[in-house]
Amino acid sequence: MNEARKTFWDGVRAEFPLLVGVFPFGMIYGVLALNAGLSKAASQMMSSMVFAGSAQFITAQLVSESAPAMVIILTIAVVNLRHMLYSASLAPYLKNVSLKWKVLLSYLLTDEAYAPSILQYEKEGVRPVSHWFLFGAGCALWSTWQISTAFGIFLGTAIPENWHLDFALALTFIAMVVPALKNRPMVAAAISAGLVALLAFSLPFKLGLILAALTGILVGTIMEGRKSPEGAL
Amino acid sequence: MNIWLIMLIGGLITFGMRFSLIFLFGKFEIPDTMRKALHYVPPAVLSAIIFPELLYRSNQLDVSLGNTRLLAGIVAILVAWFTKNTLLTILAGMLALLLLQLFIGT
Repeated sequence: MNEARKTFWDGVRAEFPLLVGVFPFGMIYGVLALNAGLSKAASQMMSSMVFAGSAQFITAQLVSESAPAMVIILTIAVVNLRHMLYSASLAPYLKNVSLKWKVLLSYLLTDEAYAPSILQYEKEGVRPVSHWFLFGAGCALWSTWQISTAFGIFLGTAIPENWHLDFALALTFIAMVVPALKNRPMVAAAISAGLVALLAFSLPFKLGLILAALTGILVGTIMEGRKSPEGAL
Repeated sequence: MNIWLIMLIGGLITFGMRFSLIFLFGKFEIPDTMRKALHYVPPAVLSAIIFPELLYRSNQLDVSLGNTRLLAGIVAILVAWFTKNTLLTILAGMLALLLLQLFIGT
């Protein structure tokens, strides 16, 4: 049990740098949702019912344009498609936990909880308490997202834009991905995905992100197939 | 349709996608290639998020020296590469951005 608690707090701690960037996003979402005409209650509840930043931003936008319900629902589905990749990627590490845990962890599975968790799992493999790490990261993110949404709804965006706190999110992802680039296939996957993301940036509904990710995965896998997996850089 | 119903359905679909493969894993045989491919999800997804963050400013590709986020991002990449330290990388990137903005402007 002690080890479980320690792993939980490791997850919380790993999430901290991301929270710096998440907090202003949550506040901006809160303000945006109100301006879109959502009630305070609905704006707040969307953060726990959908719990997915970019989908919430786009939903608020579509509501303000009075888009039909089906369009909004389909948009949420497409924008969140990438979560299936995360689900597939984490699945091998969570195969031994109970169904209850799988449900709970799936609910908490966002970009920001996925990133530190998968890197931790790839580093240390499966342990009996592994799921506590994702749970810790997910809980830290979930509570921050609810609180920052509330801040946005009730106080507005109180953080000056020129503090550039949102940049902390990109920096944290850099800090996570760069040390993981240990061989040529990894580097090729990262660079090809990045380039496709730039080229496909104007595609709607985050489809550019999915296209880019799939390209990177394909490039990495093909390169690994052609060379020995240990092929050092 | 009522906004609450939209949020409920949107939330259930989102949950379903997050749950899908975590739930299905182990219920059928996974090909080796697929297993290999999954290792490339983190670098691919994270780079796909990072590149546009650094290179697109207000929806325009900006590879000029005036793009402070790109320069600060490069500083962060170098620090991450050599130190492998998360906190140091973030601090270096933020500091670089602040300094660059002082000297180059937004």
